[in-house]
Amino acid sequence: MLNKIYDWVDERLDITPIWRDIADHEVPEHVNPAHHFSAFIYCFGGLTFFVTVIQILSGMFLTMYYTPDIENAWKSVFYLQNDVAFGELVRGMHHWGASLVIVMMFLHTLRVFFTGSYKKPRELNWIVGVMIFGVMMGLGFTGYLLPWDMKALFATKVGIEIAASVPFIGEQIKILLAGDSTILGAQTLTRFFAIHVFFLPAALLGLLAAHFIMIRRQGISGPL
Amino acid sequence: MHRGKGMKFVGDSRIKATNKMPNTPKDYSEYPGKTEAFWPNFLLKEWMIGAIFLIGYLIVTLAHPSPLERQADPTDTMYIPVPDWYFLFMYQLLKYEFASGPYNVIGAIIIPGLAFMALMLVPFTDTTKERRPFKRPLPTGFMILSFLAMFYLTWESVVNHDWEAAKVQGAIVDEVEFDETAEGYEIYQGSSCIGCHGDSFQGGLGLPLTNTGMTADEIIEIAHDGRGSMPPGTWEGSDEDLQVLAEFIEGLNTD
Repeated sequence: MLNKIYDWVDERLDITPIWRDIADHEVPEHVNPAHHFSAFIYCFGGLTFFVTVIQILSGMFLTMYYTPDIENAWKSVFYLQNDVAFGELVRGMHHWGASLVIVMMFLHTLRVFFTGSYKKPRELNWIVGVMIFGVMMGLGFTGYLLPWDMKALFATKVGIEIAASVPFIGEQIKILLAGDSTILGAQTLTRFFAIHVFFLPAALLGLLAAHFIMIRRQGISGPL
Repeated sequence: MHRGKGMKFVGDSRIKATNKMPNTPKDYSEYPGKTEAFWPNFLLKEWMIGAIFLIGYLIVTLAHPSPLERQADPTDTMYIPVPDWYFLFMYQLLKYEFASGPYNVIGAIIIPGLAFMALMLVPFTDTTKERRPFKRPLPTGFMILSFLAMFYLTWESVVNHDWEAAKVQGAIVDEVEFDETAEGYEIYQGSSCIGCHGDSFQGGLGLPLTNTGMTADEIIEIAHDGRGSMPPGTWEGSDEDLQVLAEFIEGLNTD
């Protein structure tokens, strides 16, 4: 039955090559922890992606309760944390995942750096990787404000002041992020919500796609 | 051209049978040693590593519920902010004299900007063919130095931050219901206490006065002698009034 469905689709869309590009390849010995335990360092990138997927899923569930408005944001998080079934678990996964993704990404960066894997022909993939690093930091920064508790508000104040100290365009960046040149309030919260939930994830997915396509194109770097 | 299942593939599908792409690295099968099919063999093993990782992740999540401080109050000017741990090194950098005040732009923009650009442009500054870390001491050395610098700054920031005070300043204060017509509250409204401790004892410049766990005598003592940032001698009324007020505050408990 499944084969028939597959054949039906394949006859029309020729999906076999796509499937082969995604999944049908060999994993060389030097990156396989089953053969060399020290090859576990090659797992960090995959684990970063794994945590990213968890972040996307748990974030989707969080938005079912979260309200991005200064009156209700904190209350909705408090309710989610204390009254919603498994709310504490889902928020906890998103909270700890945010730290884990930074840790895993950092380890992955160090692995790529110390194995010299960014060298020709993989320069472009390294640049995309560093851009993903930047986007992740942005996600961490914008996500910190959303619970609208004391540490969120005051850490964001500091962060916005840092952004405002950029020469020449600092003031414009500040207004873009905060929605106002002096007030950090309702506008800031909705903007950070939009950036955290729509803009940066969109950028992240695009960059991840580029990252993975390039890996499949070039293959993983050879043994040292 | 053949379509569908009749298509012929040679080795890896990205390599055409006739003209091999000049810039692609060697096919995996050309590496010495035991290669393994990604699907499904290797993916199953990855799945197991992922499952073990997920268990650890869930244990941490269950053991440490994510923190939530009290609702943001922009009027609280005493709050000392602290970012999430992975920004602590930047936070610490901004405390040094050469990177703060008039030189703020150095600590906030120039140093992090240079570090980020240096990281991004590594493939163009380290262009030798050598990949082993010990055979290229400069890139390796710079990376270890930056790592140590970030570690040191984070460490300094953690040991110099008063985490106990941070916990108190952010704690969620339970609202206590009380009788606003009580004599104790009338005295409170007429005193200077209300300025710092808030109109419903929720705190502000001073600490909250609910759930103090103190006896009336201890409260009277603090009202006279002060404590922490509270100066001595702030109570200006009579001793009788203070006694009534202290007993009222003693009774401000949620349960």
